[in-house]
Amino acid sequence: MFLLKLLLKNAFRHKLRTGLTMVGLVVAICAFGLLRTIVDAWYAGVEGSSSTRLVVRSNISLTFPLPLNYAQRLRAVEGVQQVSWANWFGGVYITERNFFPQFAVDPVSYLALYPEYRIPDEQKLAFYRDRQGAIVGRKLADKFGWQIGDQIPLRGTIYPGTWTFTLRGIWDGADVKTDESQLLMHWGYINEVLRQRYKGRSDQVGVYIVGIDEPNNAAAVGQRVDKMFTNSLAETMTETEAAFQLSFVSMSEAILVAVQAVSLIIVVIIMAVMANTMTMTARERLAEYATLKALGFSPGFVVRLLFGESLLIAALGGVAGLLLTWPLAAVFRSAVGTLFPVFQVSGLTMALQLAAALGVGAVAAAWPAWRMSRIDIVAGLRHVG
Amino acid sequence: MRAVPFSYIARNLWVRRVTTLLTAGGMALVVYVFATVLMMSEGIRSTLVATGQSDNVMVLRKGAGAEINSAIGREQAAILSTLPGIATDGAGRPLVSAEPVVLINLPKRSNGKPSNVTVRGTSALGLQLRPGVKIVEGRMFRPGTSEIVVGRATALGFVGIDLGATLRFAGREWLIVGRYDSGRSGFDSEVWGDAEQMLQAFRRNAYSIMVFRLADPSLFDGIRARIEDDPRLALEAKPEIRFYAEQSEALATFINILGLSLAVIFSIGAVVGAMITMFAAVASRIGEIGTLRALGFRRGAVLTAFMAESLLLAALGGLVGLAAASGMQAVDVSTTNFQTFAELAFRFVMTPRIAVQAMVFALAMGVVGGFIPAWRAARLQIVDCLRAA
Repeated sequence: MFLLKLLLKNAFRHKLRTGLTMVGLVVAICAFGLLRTIVDAWYAGVEGSSSTRLVVRSNISLTFPLPLNYAQRLRAVEGVQQVSWANWFGGVYITERNFFPQFAVDPVSYLALYPEYRIPDEQKLAFYRDRQGAIVGRKLADKFGWQIGDQIPLRGTIYPGTWTFTLRGIWDGADVKTDESQLLMHWGYINEVLRQRYKGRSDQVGVYIVGIDEPNNAAAVGQRVDKMFTNSLAETMTETEAAFQLSFVSMSEAILVAVQAVSLIIVVIIMAVMANTMTMTARERLAEYATLKALGFSPGFVVRLLFGESLLIAALGGVAGLLLTWPLAAVFRSAVGTLFPVFQVSGLTMALQLAAALGVGAVAAAWPAWRMSRIDIVAGLRHVG
Repeated sequence: MRAVPFSYIARNLWVRRVTTLLTAGGMALVVYVFATVLMMSEGIRSTLVATGQSDNVMVLRKGAGAEINSAIGREQAAILSTLPGIATDGAGRPLVSAEPVVLINLPKRSNGKPSNVTVRGTSALGLQLRPGVKIVEGRMFRPGTSEIVVGRATALGFVGIDLGATLRFAGREWLIVGRYDSGRSGFDSEVWGDAEQMLQAFRRNAYSIMVFRLADPSLFDGIRARIEDDPRLALEAKPEIRFYAEQSEALATFINILGLSLAVIFSIGAVVGAMITMFAAVASRIGEIGTLRALGFRRGAVLTAFMAESLLLAALGGLVGLAAASGMQAVDVSTTNFQTFAELAFRFVMTPRIAVQAMVFALAMGVVGGFIPAWRAARLQIVDCLRAA
C-alpha cells in the first residue's frame, strides 16, 4: 500500500511530463488497436463464410466463366445438397468512388444457401417476382439512403450499357460478421439481355456455390467435383468458401503486411518516448535514489520503484487508449462506409493493446532501472539534479 | 540583438545523448513511415506511367475501364486497323496490335498462394509498339506456336517460371523460351505469347484491346472522334500513357490516404516526445537561462535558442528517417492492383520532392514540439531563474 502511494506520488510529480507521455500512449494504443481492426476487417469475409458452402470456379482464373449446364451435373455429385450460382456484375453507381460488390444470382437457390441474410418474406417474394428487381444489405441501403421501390442505375463495366434495377428488399445480417454491403440482382434477367445482344456471352456462370451436408466432407466433395470436370472444356477449382475468400485477402497481402508492420512501429515509437521519460525521471532523482540506498533500502527496491512507476503510467495510458478505441472505431466505421463490410474491435485486439502498453512500460524502465540499481551512493549524493 | 551561439545549442543535445537519441529515433521512425508511403505510391505511379508510350493509343470497349473487362470483335478490329492516321512500319503495314488479355492463377514464390498474372497475346507488331521491351535471356516466342516469354518480375515472383519449363493453362502446355525486361514498367509483371494461339486456347472470339501508333500525335483528337462516333464500334480511345496512369490511381490514392493518416497519428506521438524532451531541457537549465538573460541575451534570443535546439533534434530525426527510407529503394514489392485485379511489381521510388516533403514534415514536428517549451523558457523572470539555481 505504501509502495503504491509512493509510486502514484512519484508518477505525478511532473504532471505535465506524465500527462504528455500518457497522451502519447493513448494515441499509440488507439492507433495500434485501429490498425489491427483494419487488418481484421480485411479477413472479415473469411470469418463470415460458412463451412458448409463450397465455391466452384474455373481453374484458369476467376475471370473465366463456367457453362450453365454444370449446375445439373453438380447436383448429381454425392454430398451436394444445394447448388446456386453468381456472376460478378461490376457496375458503377454514379462514380467509381461508390464502389460496392454486386452479384447477379439465381435468387431462390442463392438465398436458400445464405440463410444469414435475413429478409422479410413479402420483400423476398417481391424480389422473386420482379426480374428487374434487386435486394441490398442494410449498410449499403443506409449509405445511399435507398428506400424500397427506388430505382438504382448501374453503369456496366463487364456488361455494357446502363442497367436500372428496382430495390425490392433490404436484408439484415444474422450477426455482425454478415456482409451487408452487397447488391443482388436476377442472373436470369442479365442473361436474357445478353442473349439478345451478345450471343456468345449468354449462359455463362462466374462461380457456382454448392451447399454440402457435412463440413467434414468438404475436401472429398471438392475433389469429386474437380475430378468430374477434368479434361473438359472448362476445368474447375473447388474450395471452401473460407479458402475462396482468403485468396482475395492474400492478393493484397503486401499491403496487409505493411499495415501490420506499421502497427508495430507505432509501439516502438511510443516505447522511445516512454523510455525517454523514464530516463529523464531517473536522472533527476539520482540523489533521491542514492539517499534511499544510504538509508538501507536494497537496489531491488529502487528497481521496483522505477518499474512500478513506468508500469503504472503505461497501464493508465493503455486503459485510456483502450476505452477510446471504441468510439474512434465507430467514427471510422461510419467514415469508410461500405469499404469494410464488417468493422469490429475484437477481444484479441483489446488484449494485445493492454499487453503492448504494459510491454512498453516494462521496456522503458529497464535501462534506467539497471543504471539506478548500480549507482555509487557517494557519487549519487554528490550529484546535483 | 545578439544570438545565443550555435555551438551552445548543439552541445546541449550532445550532453543528453540518450534522450536526444530516443527523441530523434521516434521522429526518425515517423519520417521513415511518411517517406516510404509517398515512395510507394510514387513507385506504383511511375511503374504504370512508364508502361505507356507517348504516341500510342489504347482502344477499349466503352466503359470497360480495365483491359480484362474489354472486348473487341474481329470485325471491329478490322475496321480499326484501316483508320487513317495510323503509323506504318517499314513494310507499309499499319502499326496496330489486337491483343487478348486474360488472367491466370500462378502460385507466388513468397507464400505459395495463387495470385492473378496477366497473360497478353501479342504479335511482332505489338513488340514494335513497345520498344522498351527487351529480351534479356533466351529468345522471343515464335508466332503460331505455344511458346511464351515472361516478364522479369513474373519470373522473380512466381514459382516454376524458368527458361525451358512449361506452364499449364487453358488446356495446353506452354513452353517458356525467354525472359524480357521492360525497364520497370507494368509489362514486367506479365506473360506474353502469340495472340492467335491465345484466342484459340482460351476459346475466345474477341480480342481484349487494341493498341496503335499515331503517325502524328496531333491526329489523336480526330481519330478518337472517328472511333467514338462510329456506331459499329462502341469503343473508346485513350492515349496509352493516360490509360495506364489511370490504372494506378485507385491503388496509389488508397496507399496515400492510409499512409498519410497513419503518419499524422504517429506524428502526435513524436511531437509529444519532442515536447517532453524540450520541457526537460528547459527545466534542467533554468539557472543557465537566468545567467544568459543576466548576461544580456534577450527573451527573443532564448526563444530562438530553444527553438533551434528543437529544430536541430527534428532535423537529425528527419535525416535518419530519410536515410532509412532511401534504403527501401532496393526493395521490390508486388501486390494485386485492385483496379486490374492482377499482380503488379513495383519499387519504392525516392524523388527530391518526397525528400523535401519529409524534411518539412520533420521540421514541422520540431516546431510544434519545441514552441511551447521555448516560449516558457523565454518568459521566465531573471530573478526567479537565478534563485532556482
